[in-house]
Amino acid sequence: MIEARDISVAIGGKRIVSHVDFTAQPSEVTAIVGPNGSGKTTLLKALTGELAYAGTVTLNGRDLSSMKPVEAATLRAVLPQATALSFPFTVREIVRLGLIGGRSGVLPGEDARLPERALARVDLDGFAGRFYQELSGGEQQRVQLARVLCQVWAPVLERRPRYLFLDEPVSSLDIKHQLIIMNIARDFARRGGGVVAILHDLNLTAMYADRIFMLHGGRLAAAGSPTDVLNDELIEKVFDCRLKVGALPAGSVPFVLPQSAA
Amino acid sequence: MPRLLLGVLIGAALAVCGAVMQGLFRNPLADPGLIGVSAGSSLGAVAIIVVGTTWLAPVTLALGTLALPLAAFFGGLAVTLLLYAIATRQGRTSVATMLLAGIATSTLAMAITGILIFMADDRQLRDLTFWQLGSLAGATWPKIGTVGPVIVLALAAMPFLSRGLNALALGEATAGHLGIPVQRLKYTAIVGVSAAVGASVAVSGGIGFIGIVVPHVLRLAIGPDNRYLLPASALLGASLLLIADAVARTVVAPAELPIGIVTAVAGAPFFLWILLRKRGVVDL
Repeated sequence: MIEARDISVAIGGKRIVSHVDFTAQPSEVTAIVGPNGSGKTTLLKALTGELAYAGTVTLNGRDLSSMKPVEAATLRAVLPQATALSFPFTVREIVRLGLIGGRSGVLPGEDARLPERALARVDLDGFAGRFYQELSGGEQQRVQLARVLCQVWAPVLERRPRYLFLDEPVSSLDIKHQLIIMNIARDFARRGGGVVAILHDLNLTAMYADRIFMLHGGRLAAAGSPTDVLNDELIEKVFDCRLKVGALPAGSVPFVLPQSAA
Repeated sequence: MPRLLLGVLIGAALAVCGAVMQGLFRNPLADPGLIGVSAGSSLGAVAIIVVGTTWLAPVTLALGTLALPLAAFFGGLAVTLLLYAIATRQGRTSVATMLLAGIATSTLAMAITGILIFMADDRQLRDLTFWQLGSLAGATWPKIGTVGPVIVLALAAMPFLSRGLNALALGEATAGHLGIPVQRLKYTAIVGVSAAVGASVAVSGGIGFIGIVVPHVLRLAIGPDNRYLLPASALLGASLLLIADAVARTVVAPAELPIGIVTAVAGAPFFLWILLRKRGVVDL
């Protein structure tokens, strides 16, 4: 379990996240939602130890601040929102970086083939030899996800659950790949791991999240199941936008929901 | 013979340090000269040449012929430690701050060097100019005995950095998430580079472009993976410097061209050619 108590983060004297309590259970997809600038990414960076925070964060009962980088890397992998690369690495080299610190959890001999398997998972079969910088934004995002998957390939290692932290994992993907990636996240949770994902698409959130933490102005506005959190009042208050949950558009306007995927 | 060995050591040191700096600063144009190590070393050396017989007489007397290399070495180390102290807040070293502070410190060191040059007499000026242009001509066994172990030790530490430097290409935060002890990596790289570069500048003066051109060419040939890039840089750097030294000795024989001129004349156009050829493919 990931347990964070009374988390506050200030950047340059300005407080971005205030007194947030957060938990994420293994075997669940936990979504963090909220408008732009509500502190989602900052909260995630505190939970992964990237930013200094006040409060406590524990991973499987151990204090995050007392963990060495390599210990934390064995328990969780982190997908950042964007990754700028400084040298012309190939896709295979990038994905293989996922294996350098943590433990994938596969048999020793299988590590060498893991990058190819991870790429196939994110629908990038045959991309291993390409240059990362020549790929499109959405393809690069999936390469990074393949790297992250390599790091914690087995969702449970030595009977301890492991975690994926995903910052807007589907932000630059087409609908097919949004579904592929969210299915990977759900599958990781079903096999005993935990997933924490920042999401903007409320339909995908409703479809895949077991629990939702809704942030507003750096504070926790609501937490609970999709049915608890996704209601007209909360959405209007938090997103400052009058929307009706479950309302169908008028007659002739087509609409496509991810929920209709076969 | 000492000259060949010195050429190998320094060529390898400059090229590997260039590659490590580029990995550390995540910029293919980074170079030991950039963070002020070379300028600090120069200041130390110039101080010995100009005021070595007056203000610094005790130092020169005590150290004899080793005064110049040692002064250059400590000049480089002092600048690096100063920069490191400036750029480190709450246990984290900001690479960007270090780069900018390096430019400021470089400028300051060069200004003080300028004052010293202004004070120098004619004979000292000639010594200075030759030293600054770089040469392997001063190679002696005692000099190799002083700087050799420093360079060898620093180079021996570099292979342990290669995996960490690979991860750093994705950014410091991501390298940390991958399990790399980023702070220790940066510390080792910075100390190793300043030691090796300080020692190199100390005995051979300013030899430019090896640190930029060698890793760059190798990245085009064998890719950016530091596990192969660092050893290959050592080999190519050593070979290139030996070739440059051979050219320096023969082209105007019996006189001798400073080797810094040879590497700059050959290196600068080559570097520009690489930039033009790769334009649009690799974003600098």
